[in-house]
Amino acid sequence: MSKKDLLRIASGQGFWGDDLEAPVRQVRGGPIDYLMLDYLAEVTMSIMQKQRARNPEAGYARDFVPLMERIFPDCAERDIRVVTNAGGVNPEGCAKALVEAGRAAGVAGRISVGMVSGDDLMGRLDELLANGHELRNMETGEPLEAVRDRVQSANAYIGAAPIVEALRKGAGVIVTGRSTDTALTYGPMMYEFGWSPEDHDRVAAGVVAGHINECGAQCTGGNCLIDWWSVPDLASVGFPIIEARPDGSFTVTKHEGSGGRITRATVSEQIVYEMGDPTCYITPDVITDFTTIELEDEGNDRVRVHGVKGAPATDFLKVSIAYTDGYKAVGTLTYSWPDAAAKAQAAGRILRERLDRLGLVFDEVRTELVGWDSTHGDLVGDPPADLPEVQLRVGVRGQDRAAVERFTREIAPLVLTGPPSVTGFAGGRPRVQEIMAYWPALIQREQVESGLTVDVFPV
Amino acid sequence: MTMIQLVDLAHARSGDKGDTANVGLIAYDAEHYELLKEQVTPERVKAHFGSMVGGAVERFELPNLHALNFLLHNALDGGGTVSLMNDAQGKVFSTALLRMEIDVPQDVADRMRGRGRAPAGMELR
Repeated sequence: MSKKDLLRIASGQGFWGDDLEAPVRQVRGGPIDYLMLDYLAEVTMSIMQKQRARNPEAGYARDFVPLMERIFPDCAERDIRVVTNAGGVNPEGCAKALVEAGRAAGVAGRISVGMVSGDDLMGRLDELLANGHELRNMETGEPLEAVRDRVQSANAYIGAAPIVEALRKGAGVIVTGRSTDTALTYGPMMYEFGWSPEDHDRVAAGVVAGHINECGAQCTGGNCLIDWWSVPDLASVGFPIIEARPDGSFTVTKHEGSGGRITRATVSEQIVYEMGDPTCYITPDVITDFTTIELEDEGNDRVRVHGVKGAPATDFLKVSIAYTDGYKAVGTLTYSWPDAAAKAQAAGRILRERLDRLGLVFDEVRTELVGWDSTHGDLVGDPPADLPEVQLRVGVRGQDRAAVERFTREIAPLVLTGPPSVTGFAGGRPRVQEIMAYWPALIQREQVESGLTVDVFPV
Repeated sequence: MTMIQLVDLAHARSGDKGDTANVGLIAYDAEHYELLKEQVTPERVKAHFGSMVGGAVERFELPNLHALNFLLHNALDGGGTVSLMNDAQGKVFSTALLRMEIDVPQDVADRMRGRGRAPAGMELR
């Protein structure tokens, strides 16, 4: 354990697909101690599981490896530690590629790679079910048995303990599987400040810091509604940096000279993002009461956060399970003035009639007008006749792949056989997608935690 | 008293959890939090959304942020990758809530009207 008074934990990715340059700006734009990279969302694990099924070396956030190759020398030189869940469903493969990238970057002997694994329950699923763990769907109450044969991935959300252990073992870059997003930020705090898991208030403060950090620029002016028109220089938006202190208080800030904005309001928008019951924000390590957060705007893109209260964690971990559930496709066509919306609606009706006549059966056929009602639904009433243009968007979902496939061939014919003034079909036939549905469940934590492992490999 | 759209009293952000959308509604001005609390009730929000929300509407209070958090159940056509909606993850449900109108004193309306909109005629860089 080190004895720092101030710890700077920078956020570099808010999801797999985020600004590729952001982590580089974070590392080179000013002082930081840690770089946290969150790559995982609910559906990401199942995509990675599919990739690994095709190629045993794959199944992790591949972008992460070339990124590290770029910043390895900076990290080694300035002792910046990296904590990420880029490992996805294959932390081993990711760690192996990372060691090679480190050698290529010339940091051999100067840095080591930590790997956390054991969150992947896919190989143990039948054993768990046989032992009476039903893994009931948290929303519907149904036992997993109902969809067992279609399960593609099953991963437990794990807490900070293995991250702390990897740091203690000296790892400079830590790759995990399904670590809970917030743990990537509060794990380093627990390690550096020596917080015990029983320090509920401080760990809870770390969770709040993690929640603010985990979506990247979404707390620094990106996707921010308040005064969006005056947010400066989003082109080079600064990603957040948490300046954490041993007492649990922290300041949200960003590198000097970077774009974006940090105020009480921009931080508040991120705090309420994906919020459930704010008094009971559950993570593997603590239950956090978000109604105890106190925010102080210090000006100059700095917001101080303090007062956070926490309570002991539950005996369960959440399990994120993905299973295949049929197919879907979405097709679009654009109609122009005059009577753009009426033409699009007529085309939608004609399409449905043809699908019916073909005897195709779907679980759902959905028609929306992009440019009129696709986001605010019935709240906007009937479209006006002088709308300059509108996009017809028709989606179908069903268990029969052939039916969905046939639907994708029924869009283009509307161009010559339907209402006039239609364009926007140059992209070709819609793609049939296999649906990966999400099944959240709970499991007794000891079932998972006894199987977690932490390895450290020198580069 | 006069009617004003929420867009001029509060900003908002939304997200998803399965088939549930959440909308966090944050008063621009802390002193309007009580107005929001009184009038933006779960019942009125449910009625506002009509057919867009299939299930119940729950509300939680965050007085520390002068904010209310709403959970809109069965609002995302199955949610995530199942949904056929353009807004499958409920990213802009927040703005749909901001269309709702509530009753406020005349001086509040006079002061706040236009707060949530980009200044007219401004050059957007």
